[in-house]
Amino acid sequence: MTETTYADAICRALKEEMEKDPTIFTYGEDLAKQGGIFGQYKGLLGAFHDRVIDTPISEEVIYGSAVGAALAGCRPVVEFHFADFLFTGMGAIVNQIMKIRYMSGGQGSLPIVLRGPDGRVRSAAAHHSQSVETLFMHIPGIQVAIPSTPADVYGLLKTALTGHDPVIIFEHKMLYAIKGEVPDKEFYIPFGKAEIRRAGTDVTLVATSRMVHESLAASATLAEDGIACEVIDLRTLVPWDKTTVLDSVKKTGRLITVHETWRRAGWGAEIAATVQEEAFDYLDAPVHRVGARNVPDPFSPPLEDFVMPDRTWVVEAVRKMLGKPARVS
Amino acid sequence: MLNAGMTAGERLDQARLLQLYETMVRIRVFEQRAEQLFLEKKIPGFIHLYIGEEAIAAGVITQLRKDDYLTSTHRGHGHMLAKGADPRWMMAELFGKAAGYCKGKGGSMHIMDFSLGVLGANGEVAGGIPIAAGAGMAIRMIKRTDQVVACFFGDGATNRGAFHEGLNWAAVYRLPIVFVAEHNCYASTMSTPESVTVKDLASRAQGYGFEGVSVDGNDVLEVYEAARQAIDKARAGGGPTLIEAKTYRLKGHYVGDPQKYRDAAEIEARWEREPIGRFEHILAERQALTPDEQAQIWSRAEAEVARAVEFAEASPYPESREALAALFVVDTGYDY
Repeated sequence: MTETTYADAICRALKEEMEKDPTIFTYGEDLAKQGGIFGQYKGLLGAFHDRVIDTPISEEVIYGSAVGAALAGCRPVVEFHFADFLFTGMGAIVNQIMKIRYMSGGQGSLPIVLRGPDGRVRSAAAHHSQSVETLFMHIPGIQVAIPSTPADVYGLLKTALTGHDPVIIFEHKMLYAIKGEVPDKEFYIPFGKAEIRRAGTDVTLVATSRMVHESLAASATLAEDGIACEVIDLRTLVPWDKTTVLDSVKKTGRLITVHETWRRAGWGAEIAATVQEEAFDYLDAPVHRVGARNVPDPFSPPLEDFVMPDRTWVVEAVRKMLGKPARVS
Repeated sequence: MLNAGMTAGERLDQARLLQLYETMVRIRVFEQRAEQLFLEKKIPGFIHLYIGEEAIAAGVITQLRKDDYLTSTHRGHGHMLAKGADPRWMMAELFGKAAGYCKGKGGSMHIMDFSLGVLGANGEVAGGIPIAAGAGMAIRMIKRTDQVVACFFGDGATNRGAFHEGLNWAAVYRLPIVFVAEHNCYASTMSTPESVTVKDLASRAQGYGFEGVSVDGNDVLEVYEAARQAIDKARAGGGPTLIEAKTYRLKGHYVGDPQKYRDAAEIEARWEREPIGRFEHILAERQALTPDEQAQIWSRAEAEVARAVEFAEASPYPESREALAALFVVDTGYDY
């Protein structure tokens, strides 16, 4: 077991799989020489000089080329620089990567990994802060991972790099520097298996990415008041682990979904709808969704804090649901 | 315009000349029959015909190896046929039948066969250009083979960002790609002079630092010679070329297009220069094609397409549940 940063865990997974599979190559903007815009790929170029490639700022080709590379027998790992810039090449992703296999009647495979940073970082404003994972859950054709820990990003990326289908992995900018234990022995984490980060009996919090950490912090605060939250880290959205969520809700009778992406039609709505369809009789309260307010992420710190959810939003939501206002200290 | 057409043609042996001719005839016959079947409502959706542009697919694709790749367009029947596709499975796909190339999931506009190196007809204008760029990267930078990619698109695609990104990308990495702009004078309903201010689309390659050539796309020998040079260059590691093949879309954008944007007289005049008749003149002058041979080639093509139609009509539709198959190689069991 070694304590590793989230960023180093990504590089370790890439290096291990590139060592084994000469058809894996990775490319994107500021990737090779700079080692990533956040320095998250430091050292990767040295190990694989020919297969870590800086590209022009040409998102439509960055994404669309993955289809051609995959069909020509390679495993492209495409870095999207900022999730916000997925939109500039969205046609290539949605109309090509996510559809070609299906439209071809199942010919061949498309082992494509799209990965890169998403989410807010202090005052990056609306063109560098978006969390867009729900869009890729909504449109069929790609598997979606959104890991919260170094071990998870390592294990899920390893699975993606040895899989057969397109995968998109969202790595929260504010998580790159966090440290966590990652086993020294190689391992793979299957898609569709949630992790219960904290067991509890009063309310189920379903979260991903940075909001897992915010939900855990909120749970610790609430525990002081004797409130026991169960925190489920979904880890992947396509597929998502319905069984673990339903089992938890059947136990706690209460569900709050927690994500940084917009509350309106965010993935929390899909979880909420599924739970009311399949576990309505177990619910003791309406499902609540925590998510960003439905405006673009503003620049100025007090504006951004007003819009973006954090642990205090979770604490408030749980207390409201349980009818237990905060103690006056 | 290249002046090398005749020279190139003189170098070609009889078998090659006849192969070019037969490829064009097979495409023409297939397309005429598809048009008729569409009007009879036997083919659902939309179809876009390649009639009048056959010389381009024939001139370029008959020179590709089996392991070379191509990316095609919404007007892609000709590219498939020239790369060696079986008309039976093509027609079955146009009908939406289970025996089609894409098991009825793609249809005319998205017909593909990866095993033939056809990385897809594509419903998005310029959609194939990034895909070609990726295949080129795999070939040159990772697999290091001498395969090439032929990337077909229309004049309309040259106004898309993907075209400009893709040409620059191919130049930067010196990718083995032959870009073929099928300049058929109309992007859907908009004529090229209305949408582009340069005289030759080939000149756009200059902006990316590689060679662009304009050829008469209705002269199969001129297309052949330009493609030969571009393919040789790409295979030898010399990087990309843009070939602008000037042609004319003799049919509507799609079958059923009311064509309010052009006159019947304009179309009529262009029929005079359609590529098959022109090639027949050249072949006759050179005594490379007897009337008997010519008749045989047409009747072979007609018989082949008749068998394809018979096959497609006799084939069953896919089971409804098949709609849920093939999204992923490893099914996630996700909520379909």
